[in-house]
Amino acid sequence: MSLSTLRRIGYMVLIPTLAVFSALLLGAIVMWIFGDDPLAAYRGLWTGAFGSPRAWSTTIRKMTPLILTGLSVAVAFKAGLFNIGASGQFLIGSVCSVAVGVNFEGLPAFVHLPLALLAGVAGGVAWGFIPGVLKVFTGAHEVIVTIMLNYVASLFAAWTVYAGGTQGQTPGPLWDRTAGAISRTPEVFMSARLPWIVPEPYRIHWGVAIALLMALIMWWIIFKTTLGFSTRTVGANSKAARYAGINVRWITILTMMIAGGLAGMAGAIETLGLNHRFAPEFTGGVGFQGITVALLGQTNPIGVVLAAFLLGALEAGAARMQFDSGVAADIIQVIQALVLAFVAAPLIIRQIYRIRKPSDQIEATVVSTGWGR
Amino acid sequence: MQRTLRVTSYIAIALVVFFVLMAFLVNLTPLSENTWLRVFFSVSALNFTLRASVPLILGALCGILCERTGIINIGIEGMMLAGAFAAFVAKTSTNHWPLMPSLLFGVAIALLVGGLMGLLHAIFSIRYRMDQIISGTVLIILAGGVSAYLFDRNAVAQGKFGAVAIPGLSQIPVLGEVLFTNPPLTYTALILVVVIHIGLFYTRWGLRSRACGEHPRAADTVGVNVNRFRYMNTVLGGMLAGLAGGFLVLEAVGQFQEGMTAGRGFISLAAMIFGNWMPFGAMGAALLFGYTQALQNELLLAGVTTVPRQFVSMIPYVVTIVAVSGFVGRVRPPAAEGKVYETEGESE
Repeated sequence: MSLSTLRRIGYMVLIPTLAVFSALLLGAIVMWIFGDDPLAAYRGLWTGAFGSPRAWSTTIRKMTPLILTGLSVAVAFKAGLFNIGASGQFLIGSVCSVAVGVNFEGLPAFVHLPLALLAGVAGGVAWGFIPGVLKVFTGAHEVIVTIMLNYVASLFAAWTVYAGGTQGQTPGPLWDRTAGAISRTPEVFMSARLPWIVPEPYRIHWGVAIALLMALIMWWIIFKTTLGFSTRTVGANSKAARYAGINVRWITILTMMIAGGLAGMAGAIETLGLNHRFAPEFTGGVGFQGITVALLGQTNPIGVVLAAFLLGALEAGAARMQFDSGVAADIIQVIQALVLAFVAAPLIIRQIYRIRKPSDQIEATVVSTGWGR
Repeated sequence: MQRTLRVTSYIAIALVVFFVLMAFLVNLTPLSENTWLRVFFSVSALNFTLRASVPLILGALCGILCERTGIINIGIEGMMLAGAFAAFVAKTSTNHWPLMPSLLFGVAIALLVGGLMGLLHAIFSIRYRMDQIISGTVLIILAGGVSAYLFDRNAVAQGKFGAVAIPGLSQIPVLGEVLFTNPPLTYTALILVVVIHIGLFYTRWGLRSRACGEHPRAADTVGVNVNRFRYMNTVLGGMLAGLAGGFLVLEAVGQFQEGMTAGRGFISLAAMIFGNWMPFGAMGAALLFGYTQALQNELLLAGVTTVPRQFVSMIPYVVTIVAVSGFVGRVRPPAAEGKVYETEGESE
């Protein structure tokens, strides 16, 4: 490895690290201003995330879907697309996997489980295909379309499990008939569940292995294949890509489909591995967090895993923090917003810590500009 | 462009006339015995439409102000939520004041906090060149987090704005009930549509603002301070979104709930686009979206069960996707949107 490569990696690690550090510091100041004890809060946070085997397992559990939604957003960024729709794709993935999981009783697990997973991925792919194809053929901006599809997805998901209400509306097709007035699906059959790696009380399922594997695969695709090269070229300069003979339209659609598939997989894994059913209160919040994960991980799949680990730890420790120190767990959301702000504007970090911009140009995370094409 | 615009406004006028006629017919004649007609045209449906539209109108105006000067704002949702929370805190801490001053204080604080959110968005996107879409996302997460963190679940706001009947006009049957018997912030929103339309298209400020959004280099060349306009209009826009939040707390609901904006900011964004970045267009779109919410409500009340309510609620979002896909005429955003403007020779 040459010196300049090392320096580049150093810079790529330095900014996110300082961003997280600054966000935690600013979060502490906020807590202090409003009369909370930041030290006690962070001690509780640490205990809740890493203090015991149980805590570690929670962190890993929370990290799993974040890896996949983070990858989803990151892959789209590579092609210059902003996938703000990971939460909708996540929900559709959950619902599709449940639809397979609660039907087909008696299928052997080695057929049923992959089928349910694939259904989730397919749902996500379809939900990513729509904004991709609309962008390419009509110029509709993917940010608007994916935001709107998030709402459509959440209403659709709510409908599938709808209990019917008090005035005798028709219940949704996936509603659990034994649940009375509660809107939810039945539990998926054992044959469609992801097995535990570490069983109760730790409850770590094979989803985490799948997520890590996907990160490796995405890293390989992005950096070692022609497809990945084309994608990055489109993201860096779509005009140049077109002159180089790359099919920009196809790459755009395909990238959105891959992004959707990854988020859909996150939904399927959460459902088949952990919740075993779907209910309207399962939101696609992890899809939104995927944006923070992707940017904190500098849109690099390996970075995404690290970022997902960090955000997973924050999520895992939040409950314990509230219990131990009485600081409302919602402060975590504030800290996440600050992390996002600092990684998205490296200029702030560079000014605070007086870091010189490295002389060799580093590809900035170009996201998207304007609603136009 | 001009032609599509004219066609759209003809359709809009025709729709308005149709609705007024139907409203008169349904509410004043025995037609009101038909359930479906009542669902579509009753006074309560129209009232609900207006009430549901007010935050969307204000949010869309916020979007228009920002985007016409070249700042993309998907953070309307966050600005609105911040405004709502600020209004709630202001109201609860002045519960012992007489009602009107306390409510007006709430409005003032909502405007202030909304404006500060706008300022933050402007600083992020202009000073620190953050991607404007990400900056908007930051605002949304930040507002959600801060309001949940500081929310005192035991606090209760006492009282909210009541309806003010406009003398004379409110006596008109049907129309008076729908349009001229409303609480003050509703009137304010409707007046602001006119004010901002005139401001944008008939004043020096409006011309300069639009120039910053269409061709900042040209604006700069003739001496307009592009970034100053962008700061100013983003702050103004933030205030409008804050007012929308204030409306939710001080006029519509009377209390604050976590995440109470529930996507209204995003629908405002959709209304802005659907309305082609024009104040009256956005108002029309907002009314349309409000109407679908009213329909959902009326269907539930009337006990109509053939259409799942979730599908009725989907209409605004699907309509927006169709609109941005250009099936309904082409919408055209300001040309220079989302791009950081630097005067020549300037670097960081």
